[in-house]
Amino acid sequence: MAQTTRDLLVDPMVDNNPITLQVLGICSALAVTSSLTVSAVMALAVTLVTGFSGFFISCIRNQIPSSIRIIVQMVIIASLVILVDQVLKAFAYEISKTLSVFVGLIITNCIVMGRAEAFAMKNPPVASFMDGIGNGLGYSLILLMVGFVRELFGAGTLFGVTILPSVNNGGWYVPNGMLLLPPSAFFVIGLIIWAFRAWKPEQVEKREYKIQEAEAH
Amino acid sequence: MSDVQPTAPKGPIGRFLALPPDSTPKTIFVAVALCLFCSMIVSVAAVSLRPVQEANSLVDKRKNILEVAGVYEPGMNVNDAFGAFEQRILEVSTGEFSDAISVEGFDDIQSANDPELSRELTNDIAGIGRQPNFVTAYLLRDEAGELDKVVLPLWGYGLWSTLYGFVAIEEDGNEIFGLQFYDHGETPGLGAEVDNPNWKSQWKGKKLYNEEGELRIAVQKGTPQADMIDHQIDALAGATLTSVGVDNLVKFWMGEQGYEPFLARLQQGGL
Repeated sequence: MAQTTRDLLVDPMVDNNPITLQVLGICSALAVTSSLTVSAVMALAVTLVTGFSGFFISCIRNQIPSSIRIIVQMVIIASLVILVDQVLKAFAYEISKTLSVFVGLIITNCIVMGRAEAFAMKNPPVASFMDGIGNGLGYSLILLMVGFVRELFGAGTLFGVTILPSVNNGGWYVPNGMLLLPPSAFFVIGLIIWAFRAWKPEQVEKREYKIQEAEAH
Repeated sequence: MSDVQPTAPKGPIGRFLALPPDSTPKTIFVAVALCLFCSMIVSVAAVSLRPVQEANSLVDKRKNILEVAGVYEPGMNVNDAFGAFEQRILEVSTGEFSDAISVEGFDDIQSANDPELSRELTNDIAGIGRQPNFVTAYLLRDEAGELDKVVLPLWGYGLWSTLYGFVAIEEDGNEIFGLQFYDHGETPGLGAEVDNPNWKSQWKGKKLYNEEGELRIAVQKGTPQADMIDHQIDALAGATLTSVGVDNLVKFWMGEQGYEPFLARLQQGGL
């Protein structure tokens, strides 16, 4: 692998973003982005889990029997996620109440599994750690963008601080309630993917088929 | 398995280590070792962090009790301020305080799962299944030592989740001072607006019972009728089922299956 550490960290942010290019990890991106604080904590948790799971899996990659490799990866990822969940419950109780089940669901986040299987199984520990952190940051970037849009226009606040005073609290802004519901993240992520691909046209996938020209009769 | 080996492995351990990772013994060994190792890490973390987590959840509950009674100020030490409350175990069916159970370590919600401390509900409008026979009541006295407010727990099913909360009632046993939920999983922006300060403030000053002593408190939509002005809380827009859930659970806990016997004693000044 000729990738430098910088490549490993920066590549997944835009050029190879796990959400916009690989379209992985969408499910949690829909669920937790209704407020920015929650998105930020979730992003941090996922980044740590992808980084460290890559590191540990890579450490024992030569000992992992290929017949049970997915299970081994899952066990390592699950243990890390439980650790994160326990630490959050102990030191960030309010936020862990809001995140509730979604921290546990990091286990099923396709990005974590995807990096473990695609990168950590074949690369040395430090590179795998950097790759995990980079992909986590790519995920975080999108999560924070979606969280920003949803919280600002859905509730009129950012990090819980009122930016647009809403009608319910005596202001002028009528919050868009749909943005607080998970499906709205589909629209926001769709727009972000569109923007990324308009900016970097090489990300546009090739058509799998070509529309046949109608023959003139 | 044995190709050309430079030196023959020595002893059973040496032979085992020389096996390729894909062989059956090594697969089983890796699986078992990894599971043992990970379970150890996880249990150490869970056990060592549990005291902090329990303290957190207790502080959170106490903070809600302080808030509902209107004595919470941001930044205050919750545990110190909580000392102002007198905690008593209340027998729900009789409305009498009971000394049979110690307040320390008593949990209202856990006791609802204990067959000896709870009963199965037949007319279960709050959707809670079992109701505890005893709950913790928190009494707040004013400077003269007279009873000022009583904080009582209440819970019931909304749209997605059980809403757990507290109600603070004035010493007359009729007027509500505040009501709020400390744990629920309702839809953010819709049902979760039960946490909206403006919505919560509607509870203040509402009366549970009318002049004839009938339970009239209700969460419903629309402009209240003349006889409901003191009893009606405006339902949440876009959250009909959560509102119905709150309506049901308040009616349940304030009704004859709930705290009515106790509140009747309060109304007669008989504490």
